[in-house]
Amino acid sequence: MVYDLIIIGAGPAGITASVYAARKRINFLVISKDIGGQTAWSGDIENFTGYQFITGANLVSKFEEHMKKYKVPLKEEGVLELKKKGALISIKTNKDVYETKTAIVASGKHSKELGVPGEKEFKNKGVTYCATCDGPIFAGKDVAVIGGGNAGLDATLQLMKIAKHVHLINITPELTGDKIMQDKVEGAENVTILNDTRVTEVIGDKMVTGIKIKEKAKEKTLTLQGIFVEIGLMPNSDFAKELDKNEKGEIKINSSNETNVTGIFAAGDVTDIPAKQIIIAAGEGSKALLNAFSFLSRKK
Amino acid sequence: MAKNVKVYSTPTCPYCIKAKQFLKDNNIEFENIDVATNPEKAQEMVDKSGQMGVPVLEIDGKIITGFDKDAIKESLGI
Repeated sequence: MVYDLIIIGAGPAGITASVYAARKRINFLVISKDIGGQTAWSGDIENFTGYQFITGANLVSKFEEHMKKYKVPLKEEGVLELKKKGALISIKTNKDVYETKTAIVASGKHSKELGVPGEKEFKNKGVTYCATCDGPIFAGKDVAVIGGGNAGLDATLQLMKIAKHVHLINITPELTGDKIMQDKVEGAENVTILNDTRVTEVIGDKMVTGIKIKEKAKEKTLTLQGIFVEIGLMPNSDFAKELDKNEKGEIKINSSNETNVTGIFAAGDVTDIPAKQIIIAAGEGSKALLNAFSFLSRKK
Repeated sequence: MAKNVKVYSTPTCPYCIKAKQFLKDNNIEFENIDVATNPEKAQEMVDKSGQMGVPVLEIDGKIITGFDKDAIKESLGI
């Protein structure tokens, strides 16, 4: 079967596109390993219009209800390859191969890794990428947060309430996150801020026991049990080899969400649009669908 | 006979919520253990699973780490 449209990803962009697609009654499919994307991992959300306060998990439940209402067809598979095949587009997943006339790439971003020895080996054995999820397990323990941006400060604010001590390790000369968060972190008795410092190795036996750091030329080992990596995000765009990307790996799009390949559109955090917000991703998903729909109408 | 199912979780982790919802959807009774408020149980979870991520499911003594739907289905025989 050839679909009219396949949407890759089910975060705010992909889900919004899917709701619009269902209302247009086109023959479409959503392929995504998970529902909610980064929104599911967000703590408190206070800037999504209509909700003065909602948690990420609850907003994702609302998204899911919306998808269910429109009976959006979903395949829980991982996309391995997206390529143009004649006039059609071919999408290979870990389970199957699909063909479609148009595609919307809305695959979002994932946490960037440190890329140091020991990190992979001790993933989930002390190394974690989600303070909101795993933070409480480190109650009363010594931990490190890596990253001085908003994500790092947010993790530090959560952890300083439960951990014994938090080492905030920041590669730049000063913290870069919002001033209001910096002030709270700087005022905390159980937080040590280490600026101009990089991580060189994660050490442990069965679980993490420490971390090696380098402050300019000075090397040091900290004894601790938990490492929270919050050093930014990487676009999930590796499978889209034929699409033009910027230096960050984000897919280049124009104001109509078109990529360099005819029939392939992109939306949300995986693209090179300047601001990454839930509400913007949702809006971009809607825009991408409307443009894909007019593309399909023109082809008929 | 009904299987003994425990879920070690934190209230904020999305995959814990999904795992619990999956069990509810399949009418499986389970005991939820909130490791955020119970450090002893958190340590028990780490000892049993050999890792520090949530959720961890224990189905009749068998440990499943993460929301691994296929492994959960197999252990429950559904």
